[in-house]
Amino acid sequence: MPSRPVRVGLFVTCLVDLFRPSVGFATVKLLEDAGCQVEAPMAQTCCGQPAYNSGDRADTRAIAERTIAAFEGFDYVVAPSGSCAGMLKKHYPPLFRGDVVWEERAMQFSEKVWELTSFLVDVLGVTTVPAKAEGTATYHDSCSGLRELGVRNQPRALLASVEGLALKEMPEADVCCGFGGTFCVKYSEISNEIVEKKTANIATSSADMLLAGDLGCLMNMAGKLKRQGAATEVRHVAEVLAGMTDTAPIGGR
Amino acid sequence: MNTREAILGKVRNALGAGDDPGRLEAVWARLMNAPTGVIPARGQLDTTSRVALFCSMAQQAAATVDRVADETAVPAAVSAYLRARNLAPRVRMGGDKRLKSMPWVDERNLQVRYGSTDGEDEVSVSHAATAIAESGTLLLVSGKENPTTLNFLPDHHIVVVDASDVAGDLETALQKVRQRYGKGEMPRTVNLITGPSRSGDIEQTLLLGAHGPRALHIIVVGG
Amino acid sequence: MLVTSPAFKENAHEALSDEQLRKALGNVRAGFIDKRAKAAEALPEFEALRESARAIKDHTLANLDLYLTAYEEKVVAAGGKVHWAETAAEARGIILDICRMHDAKTVAKGKSMITEEIELNDFLEASGIHPVETDLGEYIIQLRGEHPSHIIAPAVHLNKEQVEEDFRRVHTDLPPDRDLSEPASLLGEARRVLRRKYFEADIGITGANFLVAETGSSIIVTNEGNGDLSQILPRVHIVVASIEKVVPTLEDAAQILRVLARSATGQEMSVYTTISTGPRRANDPDGPDEYHVILLDNGRSAMLGTEFQDMLRCIRCGACMNHCPVYHAVGGHAYGWVYPGPMGAVLTPALVGIDKAGHLPNASTFCGRCEAVCPMKIPLPGMMRHWREHEWERGLNPAVVRSGVRFWAWFARRPPLYRLATYLTMPLLAAFGGRKRRFRFLPFAGGWTKYRDLPAPQGRTFMQQWRDRDALKQGGAA
Repeated sequence: MPSRPVRVGLFVTCLVDLFRPSVGFATVKLLEDAGCQVEAPMAQTCCGQPAYNSGDRADTRAIAERTIAAFEGFDYVVAPSGSCAGMLKKHYPPLFRGDVVWEERAMQFSEKVWELTSFLVDVLGVTTVPAKAEGTATYHDSCSGLRELGVRNQPRALLASVEGLALKEMPEADVCCGFGGTFCVKYSEISNEIVEKKTANIATSSADMLLAGDLGCLMNMAGKLKRQGAATEVRHVAEVLAGMTDTAPIGGR
Repeated sequence: MNTREAILGKVRNALGAGDDPGRLEAVWARLMNAPTGVIPARGQLDTTSRVALFCSMAQQAAATVDRVADETAVPAAVSAYLRARNLAPRVRMGGDKRLKSMPWVDERNLQVRYGSTDGEDEVSVSHAATAIAESGTLLLVSGKENPTTLNFLPDHHIVVVDASDVAGDLETALQKVRQRYGKGEMPRTVNLITGPSRSGDIEQTLLLGAHGPRALHIIVVGG
Repeated sequence: MLVTSPAFKENAHEALSDEQLRKALGNVRAGFIDKRAKAAEALPEFEALRESARAIKDHTLANLDLYLTAYEEKVVAAGGKVHWAETAAEARGIILDICRMHDAKTVAKGKSMITEEIELNDFLEASGIHPVETDLGEYIIQLRGEHPSHIIAPAVHLNKEQVEEDFRRVHTDLPPDRDLSEPASLLGEARRVLRRKYFEADIGITGANFLVAETGSSIIVTNEGNGDLSQILPRVHIVVASIEKVVPTLEDAAQILRVLARSATGQEMSVYTTISTGPRRANDPDGPDEYHVILLDNGRSAMLGTEFQDMLRCIRCGACMNHCPVYHAVGGHAYGWVYPGPMGAVLTPALVGIDKAGHLPNASTFCGRCEAVCPMKIPLPGMMRHWREHEWERGLNPAVVRSGVRFWAWFARRPPLYRLATYLTMPLLAAFGGRKRRFRFLPFAGGWTKYRDLPAPQGRTFMQQWRDRDALKQGGAA
């Protein structure tokens, strides 16, 4: 056990901050229950992906510098999002390649960055959560979390410990949901085709609830499910793991 | 400046490469030494197991396999194959000494013709130079002994291979070609054949006999 | 081939309404993906081989000039001829010269994407020479006047009824009452028709999966045997290959061969892997009298030494498009040129220009499946992003996208203003979302709400509430 509590800087992510703060509070609860001291620095805004994936390296670098500076004092930086954690951990350092000062700062920073469920399981060694939830859930593997950070078993292991909850895998759980940031509005017809395949797979699982670790994916899938009139309840995995499911699900009922 | 120089010049410029002796040496060394890379463990077996693996992999690729004790049994095995499939008792083969020394004359009904084929032959018989256990592959080389047309034009291709010529892996088989022809030298054609011809181009339905033989029959001698 | 990549969205729209195409693409999803996964699983050394293959190509590219000259020497020593072509036009010209020298009327073609790239068939037809595609898939689309929609399964977008229709329309010398209802009967007919063509052909043209510097050999890989018949029956064999196809030795080719078929179709080895070196020898009873190799640059040297160099490792296996959700949705023709899917999204802008092909690297979610299955470990999403950076630098994005991104970034770089703006707008938006907690429609969000509801924000932002919680804590402590 560390002599003092682990200090975690919460990178709340812009989507959680703006659209669904309950995910942020669920994240805080999970981290505090595991013995961490959590702070959310005010100087954070966005990881910079919208600029980065649009090819705007200049703005991305500027945002990255602010983010790195804001989180430098912490033992770890944890985000309830595979794509934001992936951005911070994998894509920040190459932005500064060749820069004498920033390359090292970015490397040090990126080593501290973790996606939430991976942090709980792989770093803190959490194996169970005391939460309860009745019913069945299916889990969607968000692309960045899965392929950049290896997040796959960790959320499932924690969900398995939720009393009353049965996990029912859907076909092609690891296939993209069609969100892709600006892709879903720039190529909306193609994105729709992809998300329709995803909602069909969700229906095949016949689970009551859809869970994932990325709010962008969740909003995309929930939006489609609601447009199709599906009753599936959509939540972020952190909310279920923290036992905080009294809020309305994503997109309402 | 001709096109060749123009292209090579562009390549050199793009790579920022000069006549750095280090580069030349590295290239020369690789070409001379031909280092091997990752060799799958699968084919690294003793002879008996290697031959068994070759047979099973070839069958998985839709070839049929027959094993005979020695080369004197081959002509009878060929006749049996033709009878079983209701094929006319006629085959074409090249001048391969190993085939020539077999007792074809004992198969009275079997008509053997020699040389390359013009496409009118239904069945051909070749002798493989070597075979590869890891993938069930036969290696044949061009020449009067085993004309390349025999590998592709007939409907049925029968290939004889000696158990002692079955290599565990692709690199070993290629080494044998190198040993036979000399470093850096090759025959006109080396065919690596794994099963009969096929295509999945119509609705992803896999069908045999696209352009090459519909059936590949392998006779393994000894081992 | 006319580049219709600028019309990618329109092409995609058409593809999405094409029921027959959607059914066919379902086959791609189901078939290729499972087969590749099984093949990779059945070989414990698969991952190590990917790394070995990558290293071989990187070494070769870093020394490409030296390996090309070594290769050329060996081809000539074996009695072959090497021709160098900088552009597609030059390559076509050289091929035509060889055809004329031999008074060629018919040319048998093995499957070759590079000959699509240089638009060889149309050029030969216009010059009075008849090219016959011998790969079954290529033959079928040649009859339809179409281009391939997949780099290894060119007719993947068609069903058997369509093929039957085309065969009846073109093979008019065959009895009209024949049964062509099954793929087997279609295959049988194609076999008979094309068998004649092999013998009629004066010249055979193939591509090359590999050019081996050590021996001056070209290697082709087929399941049908058509590439073989195209080169052993005609008097002349022409190989067309771009310069990055070179590998140093036979052992190096063997390494990459092990990941090629497995990644493409899930086979351990393709049925026919053929190593060709020079023309027939004195004692060869068959084989071509002449062997020509056309080494084509056509934009490859311009990729060396840039952030796109890794794309030159591509071995054209098709695994990337087999796993791509965008390709599954729209198929190959939507991409508008020769190379579809993720590899097409990176290569097409390099060869035809990012100004024409801009949609391709943009129409990606960066899900990363392509990179995960690429046998040569090509960082495809990263290179698509590099193209987006090029577009951004050149101001090629639509103004609304550019200003949207800059607007967002302006706030993101200024946390106090970001906080203020979001504290004001989110509760308002939440209020509009009402009891249903979602929007069926929202101004400026038409791209989203056309197909999906937009979940409404919960109200006060996280940072707003966190600041209050912090203040409460400090107030309590005081």
